[in-house]
Amino acid sequence: MDILRFATAGSVDDGKSTLIGRLLYDTKTVFQDQMDAVERVSKDRGEEYVNLALLTDGLRAEREQGITIDVAYRYFATPTRKFIIADTPGHIQYTRNMVTGASTADLALILVDARKGLVEQSRRHAFLATLLQVPHLVLVVNKMDLVDYSQEVYERIHAEFTNFATKLRVRDLQVIPVSALQGDNVVTRSETMPWYDGPSLLHHLEHVHVASDRNLVDVRFPVQYVIRPMSEEYHDYRGYAGQVAGGVLKKGDEVMVLPSGFTSTIAAVEDADGPIDEAYAPMSITVRLSDEIDISRGDMICRPHNQPTVAQDIDAVVCWMDESAALQVGKKYAIKHTTRMARCAIRDVQYRLDVNTLHRDENHHSLTLNEIGRVRLRTTVPLMVDDYSRNRTTGGFVLIDEATNRTVAAGMILLP
Amino acid sequence: MYQLSQLDVLEAEAIFIMREVVAEFEKPVLLFSGGKDSIVMLRVAQKAFWPARIPFVVMHVDTGHNFPEVLEYRDRRVAELGVNLVVASVQDAIDSGRVTEPPDGTRNRIQTPVLLHALETGEYTAIFGGARRDEDKARAKERIFSFRDDFGQWDPKNQRPELWSLFNSKIHAGESIRVFPLSNWTELDIWHYIEREGIELPSIYFAHDREVVDRKGMLYAVNEFIVPKEDETTFVERVRYRTVGDASLTAAVQSDADTIDKVIEEVSTTRITERGATRGDDKFSEAAMEDRKREGYF
Repeated sequence: MDILRFATAGSVDDGKSTLIGRLLYDTKTVFQDQMDAVERVSKDRGEEYVNLALLTDGLRAEREQGITIDVAYRYFATPTRKFIIADTPGHIQYTRNMVTGASTADLALILVDARKGLVEQSRRHAFLATLLQVPHLVLVVNKMDLVDYSQEVYERIHAEFTNFATKLRVRDLQVIPVSALQGDNVVTRSETMPWYDGPSLLHHLEHVHVASDRNLVDVRFPVQYVIRPMSEEYHDYRGYAGQVAGGVLKKGDEVMVLPSGFTSTIAAVEDADGPIDEAYAPMSITVRLSDEIDISRGDMICRPHNQPTVAQDIDAVVCWMDESAALQVGKKYAIKHTTRMARCAIRDVQYRLDVNTLHRDENHHSLTLNEIGRVRLRTTVPLMVDDYSRNRTTGGFVLIDEATNRTVAAGMILLP
Repeated sequence: MYQLSQLDVLEAEAIFIMREVVAEFEKPVLLFSGGKDSIVMLRVAQKAFWPARIPFVVMHVDTGHNFPEVLEYRDRRVAELGVNLVVASVQDAIDSGRVTEPPDGTRNRIQTPVLLHALETGEYTAIFGGARRDEDKARAKERIFSFRDDFGQWDPKNQRPELWSLFNSKIHAGESIRVFPLSNWTELDIWHYIEREGIELPSIYFAHDREVVDRKGMLYAVNEFIVPKEDETTFVERVRYRTVGDASLTAAVQSDADTIDKVIEEVSTTRITERGATRGDDKFSEAAMEDRKREGYF
């Protein structure tokens, strides 16, 4: 059994909560006591159907206002796969949440209402998913029951989206017509749409191939913590602990440590159960080297002939996430990149991006909540970076306001 | 090729989170209840820092209503691991007048001030908890690094965005971070991991015969904290505990599962959530957990 992480986006009206409720219900993830509670509330509200959306809306404020205010994580499993859903609300002001959910997703699921077709929000969600380099995209055309399961409606939305997607770099796209309310094409193929010969949503989620999405080529091992036991038995032990961010590490490999540039060979790759033949992302392991060199948290282990870029001047696309203050040229922030913490100053805002039209506004020099733009920044110490499209771990960073300590921005590095 | 199982991925994530905390905080502490989730968390900690010892202390918020099997397990386990145990005692807090026991004798709500007092006294800034997001609707929305203000309170509308695996550990004096390394695990993942790692658990997790009393469909063990009322009849039932908490509030479930295999089979097919089946304390309202977290609960 492996794991698929996926993000869902859509507004309340697209039936996203109903779709998730349906997936949870039909995979028998919903428990009887949860179902009893939902049935009770649905009945009290005089609703005709059991409102599956009530399964997912969690907080008191949300239930009272009928909205979703934040990213919620949900879980279900089938015999072949465990699924982690980052469920994000679709309102205009919540780009922040969609970006958060998409940052760790293998797949993004975008919902549209078959009656309405693509709306501004669907385009924005697709753009954000590709901006965050989510490898697989699924467009779910929902509420097919309300358009008489019309093939023509489906084909029109399919064509319109495919046309829009050519402007984005979509690596893998699947378009699935469903009715979340009736359960058509959610778990099993529905007889209501004989013209559709693709998979049901769950079948697609179970079989989409994600193992090859990881970077197994460029060795990247950000040192997270140095283990020194201070015990008799392990007197001289010095292990570099961390989570592999790319490539494959094994005993005997020649490696380079950045930013120092010292080279050594791997004496052992191990974890608490003993030596490991090969380590790759996202394994948490410990590496020992044959030479005693000075290495600390924030350093990067790579191969001498395949190094990340060591840079202090960095270009990135940034999504601003803070409502209390705007990103400003000249302002200083704390920056966290892999396991390295530094400070940086914003040198320039090159443009602000309109997430609906993809238009670049070059006359705008600040970013406010939910705005996305390209910036140039300078860091106090060198960072070991890759282009975000090459490696999401070594290509991503967050900015933290030094006065409030809030996480104010997410950045995706662009290399020339 | 290069395929990891779900347990490998979850363990790698939890180890990463624990190392991140130890690297970035002066004084972490791990909350240990003797329940299966905190037992798994201790196992992950052991693996994260091997061959060194676990580099932080373990805290038990002791309501005074304990299962003896669990206390015995706790003391044995911390001795094996060579970690220091801090006990935050609700009874001591009652005796010294810092908290008042409610008339009904339940101690769930008064755990929170006792926990907060112990964290403040020990100057702990990062607090590991074994909570999982599949347990409750409020937990489903909480970050892995959950910021708490200087009253230990959670504000669901004011959470820090959490992207990739870049956790923000910056805080001002008095503030703290609750850290949940097992956020993405489900009850079934926990049991599969216990099986894979060969982790020993307190015996009450497995089916045994026990004298119980039925209260509103929940089976409570008859002991010094649960004394049957006159109109109640007690009977012996084959039961096990699905969760372990305060002995006066945690109910047992009917079960024949006396091995890990059988427990996994049972958990795979059950139709009731673990909190719904076993916790009197979560039944007060739809938003019981949300309200308690806002007050500073785990």
